[in-house]
Amino acid sequence: MSQVAETPTSPERPSAPARDGDHTAYDGLRLRQVTKEFAGGFTAVRSLDLDVPRGSFFALLGPSGCGKTTTLRMVAGLETPTSGTITLAGQDITYAKPYRRPVNTVFQSYALFPHLDIFENVAFGLRRRKEKDVDRRVREMLELVELSSQARKRPAQLSGGQQQRVALARALINQPEVLLLDEPLGALDLKLRRSMQIEVKRIQMEVGRTFVHVTHDQEEAMTMADTVAVMNGGVIEQMGAPAELYENPRSTFVANFLGQSNLIEGRVVQRAADVTSVDMHGIAVSVPTPRVHTDSDAGWVGIRPEKVLIGPPGEELDAPGNTIPGGVVSDVSFVGVSTQYLVRMPWGQELQVFSQNTGRTRMFSQGEQVELSWRPEYAFLLDRSQDAAAGAAERVGG
Amino acid sequence: MSRAGRWVREHLVLVLGLLVLAYTFVPIAIVVLMSFNAPASRNVYAFDGFTLDNWANPCADPGMCDALARSVQIGLLSTLLATVLGTLAAFALVRHDFAGRSASNLLVFLPMAAPEIVLGSSLLALFVATGFSGQLGFWTIFVAHVMFCLSFVVVAVRARLAGMDDHLEQAAMDLYATPVQTFRRVTFPLVFPGILGAALLSFSLSFDDFIITNLNAGTTTTFPMYVWGVAQRGVPMQVNVIGTVMFLVSVAIVVVGEVGNRRRLAART
Repeated sequence: MSQVAETPTSPERPSAPARDGDHTAYDGLRLRQVTKEFAGGFTAVRSLDLDVPRGSFFALLGPSGCGKTTTLRMVAGLETPTSGTITLAGQDITYAKPYRRPVNTVFQSYALFPHLDIFENVAFGLRRRKEKDVDRRVREMLELVELSSQARKRPAQLSGGQQQRVALARALINQPEVLLLDEPLGALDLKLRRSMQIEVKRIQMEVGRTFVHVTHDQEEAMTMADTVAVMNGGVIEQMGAPAELYENPRSTFVANFLGQSNLIEGRVVQRAADVTSVDMHGIAVSVPTPRVHTDSDAGWVGIRPEKVLIGPPGEELDAPGNTIPGGVVSDVSFVGVSTQYLVRMPWGQELQVFSQNTGRTRMFSQGEQVELSWRPEYAFLLDRSQDAAAGAAERVGG
Repeated sequence: MSRAGRWVREHLVLVLGLLVLAYTFVPIAIVVLMSFNAPASRNVYAFDGFTLDNWANPCADPGMCDALARSVQIGLLSTLLATVLGTLAAFALVRHDFAGRSASNLLVFLPMAAPEIVLGSSLLALFVATGFSGQLGFWTIFVAHVMFCLSFVVVAVRARLAGMDDHLEQAAMDLYATPVQTFRRVTFPLVFPGILGAALLSFSLSFDDFIITNLNAGTTTTFPMYVWGVAQRGVPMQVNVIGTVMFLVSVAIVVVGEVGNRRRLAART
């Protein structure tokens, strides 16, 4: 994904949630004020508003227990919301039975019928609706997922990746308005997962249907989806195009869960229409006002590690921002394409710096004095009342 | 000796296995052998000569075949009722949350755990106390057999159901199957092996039950009771014919099941 775009926008950015009562005009999937409480008082989903445009690849991203799977199951009809409404292409489906809604699911465990062969698994939905041309359509679908030669095998004889494609074919053949994917790649190993991500994305583009993908893997969500909604504690923290979420997170949870961030204490000195000035441990830094997400003066100045430039003291860095002096390299890890530094700042905090190994700058070693800098347009300002470590522990991989 | 001794030591597992098989099959072999016996004296336990008479006239003693027919009837009827009730109970215990579910789950084991003699005598006490002492016979045996078969069916079907992935039924519903279609196309085919196994077990439990049956039979005689009765005087050789047939039927069921499995496996590759 691009990290160059300064104010990324997506053509498929969801419309702002509206509170109006008329949803018949909206042709996508719409959730309004959906709440799900389970017996025992646990609230899995709280007053959720969500618009999924028709034909988009939408990802619900969050750590386990954030309510994303419950949301998916409510759309599938496998759970009933405690309150709120779900509409699909203008139809209210909140209480419709699962077998009466044009939605199909790819389950995390695939849930292939072990007593039926691959052909019959894929034909299941068509046969239940007594559709014509079952034979031809199943063959076409098996071709799409490249499993034509396996038609007469049982699910247990297929590999994980093949089973996953059967599950996808079995759902897609019904041409659902919305295809729900419940972490379907979670059981695959890393290499297979990467190739399946591309495969699923290819199929989505080919069939042009709405896909809603639930995952806890932020890289997977960013790779596959047009729009990502980051969920935490039963609510959506932020929603937007992957690049937009990554570049301009609005909460510490999003900043940490979706990639890594340096969050440094700062105090707002002056707010202007375009730029907000912040005092950061005695150093004046500026943050573009559209990237300021707090009304209070106490904030966290956020900067992604790969946006931070590192250099020896006194050297002019390629950044028109302020230079932050007095850093000492406390840890170096060379990972090939980049070098990851931990730099201890005068106020005691260790900042992360990812330096691309372009060969233009030399490597620094542990204990060396350095200066840091970044372009102001990459910084963002978050509310200090939020936990600076929120979301970091739940993040998957890098 | 030393050569044989060394061979045994080198093939200890094989030797032990053969001994265990012999231990299991010798009694059955005796039954098969005795079904061809023509006893010369009153000592029916000595093989005096080969004959096919026993096989030609299996019902030479009419009392035996009456008892056999009764046992088969009771076995089939109690298997049918116990399997239906037990399957329904297993579904309720696995699928529905109701007050007393965990207690029911535990109580279902009781008939399996309680000594048969206790079950039999308490059933008898129940029948007598409720005024059925005059009606002891076919139907009281039937009631008793359903009772003890029921817990075996519940346990077998419940295990099968509990091992089934919930998502399979959800997937069926998601793929436009109504609850009835989901049951017919997914749930039942997947639980069926458990139900079939439970039914076979029920029949064999019912067919050879002696203690509970004896206490609640009144003047009715089942096959095990008949054999026990005649054993004091000398068992007619036809009992061995029935024993052999029973053994062959069991073997046939196992073979058919195994062949079916192999065929299904072969069809997949």
